Amino acid sequence: MSITPDQNKNRRVVKIAVIVCVASFLFGFRVMPPIYRIACEHIFGIKYENKVADGAKVAAFKEDDARLVEVQFVGNVNSALKWKFAPELFSVKVHPGVLTEAWFDASNLAPDAIVGNAVPSIAPNRASLYFNKTECFCFTEQMLKAGESRRMPVRFVVDPKLPADIKQLTLSYTFYNNELATKRLAAQEASTQPKS
Amino acid sequence: MANTAAHADDHAHDDHDHKPEGFLDRWLFTTNHKDIGTLYLIFAFTMACIGAAMSVVIRAELAAPGLQHVQPYFFNQMTTLHALVMIFGAVMPAFVGLANWMIPLQIGAPDMALPRMNNWSFWIMPFAFLMLLGTLFMPGGGPAGGWTMYPPLALQGGASVAFMVFAVHMMGISSIMGAINIIATILNLRAPGVDLLKMPLFTWTWLITAFLLIAVMPVLAGAVTMLLTDKFFGTSFFNAAGGGDPVMFQHIFWFFGHPEVYIMILPAFGIVSEIIPTFSRKPLFGYQAMVYAVASIAFLSFIVWAHHMFTVGMPLGGELFFMYSTMLIAIPTGVKVFNWVSTMWKGSMTFETPMLWAIGFVILFTIGGFSGLMLAIVPADFQYHDTYFVVAHFHYVLVTGAIFSIIAAIYYWWPKWTGRMVNETWGKFHFWWTMVFVNLTFFPQHFLGLAGMPRRIPDYNVAFADWNLVSSIGAFGMFLTPFMMIAIFAMSKKSGAIAPQRPWEGAHGLEWEVPSPAPHHTFTTPPVIKPGMLAHGDVSH
Repeated sequence: MSITPDQNKNRRVVKIAVIVCVASFLFGFRVMPPIYRIACEHIFGIKYENKVADGAKVAAFKEDDARLVEVQFVGNVNSALKWKFAPELFSVKVHPGVLTEAWFDASNLAPDAIVGNAVPSIAPNRASLYFNKTECFCFTEQMLKAGESRRMPVRFVVDPKLPADIKQLTLSYTFYNNELATKRLAAQEASTQPKS
Repeated sequence: MANTAAHADDHAHDDHDHKPEGFLDRWLFTTNHKDIGTLYLIFAFTMACIGAAMSVVIRAELAAPGLQHVQPYFFNQMTTLHALVMIFGAVMPAFVGLANWMIPLQIGAPDMALPRMNNWSFWIMPFAFLMLLGTLFMPGGGPAGGWTMYPPLALQGGASVAFMVFAVHMMGISSIMGAINIIATILNLRAPGVDLLKMPLFTWTWLITAFLLIAVMPVLAGAVTMLLTDKFFGTSFFNAAGGGDPVMFQHIFWFFGHPEVYIMILPAFGIVSEIIPTFSRKPLFGYQAMVYAVASIAFLSFIVWAHHMFTVGMPLGGELFFMYSTMLIAIPTGVKVFNWVSTMWKGSMTFETPMLWAIGFVILFTIGGFSGLMLAIVPADFQYHDTYFVVAHFHYVLVTGAIFSIIAAIYYWWPKWTGRMVNETWGKFHFWWTMVFVNLTFFPQHFLGLAGMPRRIPDYNVAFADWNLVSSIGAFGMFLTPFMMIAIFAMSKKSGAIAPQRPWEGAHGLEWEVPSPAPHHTFTTPPVIKPGMLAHGDVSH
């Protein structure tokens, strides 16, 4: 069967439609996640990345003695994780620009070692761009052996440029079971124990 | 009678209709748009019955407070599967079936542009749904996290997660191929003289729907693929423990989900825009405005998705943007409703069964549209979110909207398909029965939702008992309608009055230029368009 002009036209439509489909698949899969991050950070002013604050930026902060901001702490544990986790102090009053340290206590109530990850959140969310952590247990995986307890520090500086109407902010952490890392750990222990 | 070249040609074929002989050749290997349309419609009807049976389980459980018939986990499987089956198994295939049957007839094409792909896009569907419904019989049961598949809840299912994801992939492939076929048919196979702005509105709405399908079904495929890799391959797209964000799933899902809503209603607009002029014996009021309104609704559908998730903790600016853009949709939709009413205005109206369903559509769909506007108001939505008010809203637009229009279309084009008329008395009985019970089912759910009854819950406060009982009685009454439909149409097929070529006095358009029943092959040579033959032939542009 020879190709009639009609079939050529159909092929063109199919080609264009398939390109649209592939493009929209990639859009959902590869473009929307980064757009989401960009929209969060640059349009709505919500800090998306959980990373160490830039040291030079923090060092340049001037202490604002005239102003006191209350920072409250909340510790939550996801239902799939058998841990206890709570802040030592429920709130502190800090001067913006001053490096402050706060401690959280975590203990593993399960009979096995578990790796957990803490996910931080700042409320109100427009304050999140002004909250800088120089050190935090939430930057890394936390492994607790069965029954082990640990004090975990977070060191932070509130940016003096924090909007004046924000007088109180809440730093909350939720600990999740990092199932992959926990499994890896269990596998490692299983392979090392017979030797010892 | 033989007033066109195509018509004469059809008669030449009448003695041997070129239908394949064997059952498998006729149905399994078919590339004929009419046969595939029939297959789609039968499949959709079967799925609608299954989905309706699930809704009866749901309403039986909710007829009284407390747990009486099923366990909560099974109840959740029912709500999840009811939605998936009705959306992807009933409404969408029914519209694709109507498109297969009617688009080539409406534009004077011999068949769909890509007939073999057409066969494939239908025959994927039964397998997708075997997989999806098969999960009910597996250890761990079917998906129970809601049809929206929000992580982390949806990921807590067992093997059903993978089956659901692959079933969604297959449905997506099927709809995308169907959509590509429809676009190619409409763009390439129109008979000379059927310009774009002379096409019937059903064809127009399907052209736009098909564009929506190819633009958003792949996004759903991407979203469910990420769910799959999160569950089985250790990625953390939506897993908070690994630095992912569950809210991002909702954004991606509803970027698909909102256009999907219009995929299920735009062809309904098209059907109603065909039926109302016919029985008002007037051309459609504001044909071009109708086309542009559909196009604007389709465009707006891409920028309103977050109104499904006002309560996730979006910034104020986001909430305002999505609130106003959502409300904007009321304008083109209002244009459509007013144009339907204006078409009826001072027309010589008669109320045959298809017209009753179409008018029922206009009234009840508008109620669903108004509750949608209420839901669009951010501060109010915080109260309505995830309550029965939402359930009432989307059943008004999907049952009395999409399903009503599908039933209207079946009553309207049935004489053309089978060559038999439907018994008007029984058709009208079917309509009024449905009208009573559908409102009995869904109207009280507005009250329940406003009073605060949450959705997707098998048990509830005794304060909600009375209206739930009313709603359940309505659902049981509704459950009789599929059987009524089988009886009515079987009766017509067996002993209905012989349908003339133009069974409805006011009907215009190419589909009424071929005999009833439509021969297996129509328009093998393009029809010659004469003045007055097209419903919108006089529109200048």
